[in-house]
Amino acid sequence: MNLIYLILLPILTAAGILLVQKPAQVKVVALTGAALQLLLAILLLFAYRQERALGNLAQMLFELEYEWVPGWNINFHVGVDGISIAMILLTAFVVVAGVLVSWNVTKMTKEFYFLLILLSLGAYGFFISLDLFILFFFLEIAVLPKYLLIGIWGSGKKEYAANKLAVMLMGGSALVLVGILGLYFGGSGYTFDLLHLSSISIPRETQMICFPLLFIGFGVFTALFPFHTWVPDGHSAAPTAGSMFLAGISMKLGGYGCLRVATYVMPDAAKEYAPIVILLATIAILYGAFATMMQKDLKYINAYSSVSHCGFVLLGIGMLTQTAVTGAVLQMVSHGVMTALFFAVIGMIYERTHTRQVNEMGGLLKVMPFITTVLMIVGLCSLGLPGLSGFVAEMTVFVGSWQNPGTYHRVATIAACMSIVVTAVYILRAVGKTSMGPLPAAFANLTDAKWNEKAAAIILLAGIFAVGLAPGWLVELIRPATEVITDRLSGK
Amino acid sequence: MLNDFLILMKPELLITFIIFLLLFIKVGSSMKNESLLLLIQLVLLLNVIAGFFLNEEGSLFGRLYRTNNFMSLQKSILSIGVYLISLLFSNWLKKSEHLLEFFILLLSALLGMFFLISSGSFLMFFLSLELATIPIAAMANFDLGKKVSSEAAMKMILSSAFSSGILLFGISLIYGATGTTSFSEMPALLTGSPLQILAFVFLFTAFAFKLSIVPFHLWTADVYEGAPVAVTSFLSVISKGAIAFIFTSTLYQVFQPMQAVWYNMVMILAVATMVIGNLFALRQQNIKRFLAFSSIAQVGFILVGMSSNSLPGTSAVAYFILIYVFSNLAAFGVAGAISQQTGKENIDDYKGLYQTNPLLTWIMALGLFSLAGIPPTAGFFGKLFLITAGASKGNYIFITIAALNLVISLYYYLRVIRAMFMDKNETPIPKIFLEAPVRFGLLLCGTGIVLIGLLSWIYDYIITIAA
Repeated sequence: MNLIYLILLPILTAAGILLVQKPAQVKVVALTGAALQLLLAILLLFAYRQERALGNLAQMLFELEYEWVPGWNINFHVGVDGISIAMILLTAFVVVAGVLVSWNVTKMTKEFYFLLILLSLGAYGFFISLDLFILFFFLEIAVLPKYLLIGIWGSGKKEYAANKLAVMLMGGSALVLVGILGLYFGGSGYTFDLLHLSSISIPRETQMICFPLLFIGFGVFTALFPFHTWVPDGHSAAPTAGSMFLAGISMKLGGYGCLRVATYVMPDAAKEYAPIVILLATIAILYGAFATMMQKDLKYINAYSSVSHCGFVLLGIGMLTQTAVTGAVLQMVSHGVMTALFFAVIGMIYERTHTRQVNEMGGLLKVMPFITTVLMIVGLCSLGLPGLSGFVAEMTVFVGSWQNPGTYHRVATIAACMSIVVTAVYILRAVGKTSMGPLPAAFANLTDAKWNEKAAAIILLAGIFAVGLAPGWLVELIRPATEVITDRLSGK
Repeated sequence: MLNDFLILMKPELLITFIIFLLLFIKVGSSMKNESLLLLIQLVLLLNVIAGFFLNEEGSLFGRLYRTNNFMSLQKSILSIGVYLISLLFSNWLKKSEHLLEFFILLLSALLGMFFLISSGSFLMFFLSLELATIPIAAMANFDLGKKVSSEAAMKMILSSAFSSGILLFGISLIYGATGTTSFSEMPALLTGSPLQILAFVFLFTAFAFKLSIVPFHLWTADVYEGAPVAVTSFLSVISKGAIAFIFTSTLYQVFQPMQAVWYNMVMILAVATMVIGNLFALRQQNIKRFLAFSSIAQVGFILVGMSSNSLPGTSAVAYFILIYVFSNLAAFGVAGAISQQTGKENIDDYKGLYQTNPLLTWIMALGLFSLAGIPPTAGFFGKLFLITAGASKGNYIFITIAALNLVISLYYYLRVIRAMFMDKNETPIPKIFLEAPVRFGLLLCGTGIVLIGLLSWIYDYIITIAA
């Protein structure tokens, strides 16, 4: 399997979108491109499993390496392991659903889909990069489309939110840049190559400087406390597909970077700074959960709960045991699918009721059974009901965290567990208020989901159930890759 | 000898030839502006193409003049810029009563810059710097009816006369301290004595004036705002580029022994220039002033790369300037087209531009993204290579400040993007008619911005010939 296709396909789709004229054609091209992406991602999964089954034990599969800028020793080096495959699958699912959900966009349709596809290009490129320079390149490609998506198609305080998001994310990537340059000059042999950097031992001083830069830099993307403030504003102002991409894909870029670049390359510093990471993650989990309780707007509810859920990703990474790190990756996948679906459903409801205030809604189950049922499932997934993806991921993180014997780790784990209760309170309240009770007269004539919305919801539901009911295949996929990371941490 | 002369000085001779050609046309022919402009554009294009052939290495006139492949490339970059200017501002140029004079002055300044790049001694350096400056002051006055234009010219003359004075003082001190003005003999004689350091500070100040490095930047915004857009773009792109080239080579070659002294100076001024340029750009309303302050901030980034004192540093600066020519000219081209047809120069006037002028908006957006350093535009690579070169000294605080300045600059570039794409406007700028050359020039800029970064061999070529 040639990984170049993963980059080429979005580029061709984007070019196709630019070439056609009518909005209807644009949608068809975008949907075809997104469907092909999903197909390609699934094919990649099977090719990867087959290769592993044949006994290929290489750390990265399907590696490709081309010289790009020899003057700086920059190579176009790509390859995938289990974690990347999981992330690519997640991206492909969210992209298809996002394209389907946005079927009704009438304002500048062409530009809208062009930016969506550009964002997916950045994500795929980021997840397959094994060279820090191109990793950074793709990371930045994924920032600007978000700004434009929110600023042009958003609602509410969209300009403020778009600016805040762009400036904070670019600030994060500026720190990432400095960290990468520190590794380039402070490592050995002036290289950006991730595999090379992770096979040597980086001088301790370099690690102590670069780890915080990279971890905070990537952490901004994944709502690391106290750099999470762009999340609520950005998500609530974005158009539906924009929120889905932000929460489902973009926040995962940060988690992946924290794990793959910061923790993997610099194990000494990761151990040294782990207590701080755990502290910040626990604060994010609890703060996010309590802040969600106070929210009345459905999008704000989901945005703040994303802060809380992404805290589990960072908690898992900070715990540094293999189970916890595997749990962190599972949580990225689970949260990505779940929250994308959550935003999709909120978008569908908003399109019909023209409000997102929980207080103004009620009894929607009667008029839109499909949408409301999906909302319930997704809510239950969010609070961690067994059988759905959220449970699997959070459970793994907790078990992995408990493996650490220290009191500090135990206290943090227990504190993080408590957030589940809070989650149950706000989710049940929001879902219950929206779907049950008396139906306001104004909503009596609302219609249920259309084909595109149903398709989007079913695709993402399939993801939630696939992880929730049969997590074995995903864990099997991720575990060898996280083992490599934890082996380096324990100095094997 | 004659062959040497003809081949080594080819770029300068070509420009001189074009200047004389224009003079003869002025005296002897009554061509209309339109056909004349077409002829000039053609000749300038040929000049660009000729710049890439038959480049040799050598020196003339007892090492007063020297050239090599890298210098030829630097000259070619400037020639490309001048060709783009002749395309982008055709509308304005066509209506000018003094088209020929404009180009004669412009090419004289360009000739001065060519000699500047090739100068092998401080004498030659000073002469060519004057040749490169005085015509620009005359050009700044080209909007003959407007008072601001004359004011700009006056400010330009005063500030450059002042900086020339400082430069001459520096040169005479350094001559007194070392007994030579030759670039090749000087490094061996530099010992870092207090007198030499004093002389160096004067020289540095003069460069800082020309490059508008903070705190010597105050003339920039007023001159940029008052001068016609075509002149402003020449000043901010071509003239800055030429000075940056010669500044780099002077620091790296002549003052190499004193690098401990100048590293700190360059670093501190880089930080000051980036921060102050960025902070002032945040609040500008006039698009020309806005671009002026943004170009000050860009110079700060050039200084970051320059501070590395290495081969990657030289090539990163040259590469960045090549990109900067395309990016900044794209922005100025759009601003010029709009200001020429509607007279509007405020960022607020750009609100809703995307509805009426999608092409102009996209080119402007590409230019600004490239200036801000957003991938996949070329500016991303240019900025990144500058910062990487600067990071080679291992000064993390310095590099972090530079990287965070990228964020500040993004914020104000996004202001323009927001106005063009997002803000609503009842009366947006009407559809602007773009003539073929302008359209071609804009597309050329856009293509350059997209391709120069992704085609990595361009940087490799620069680094090979800079070695």
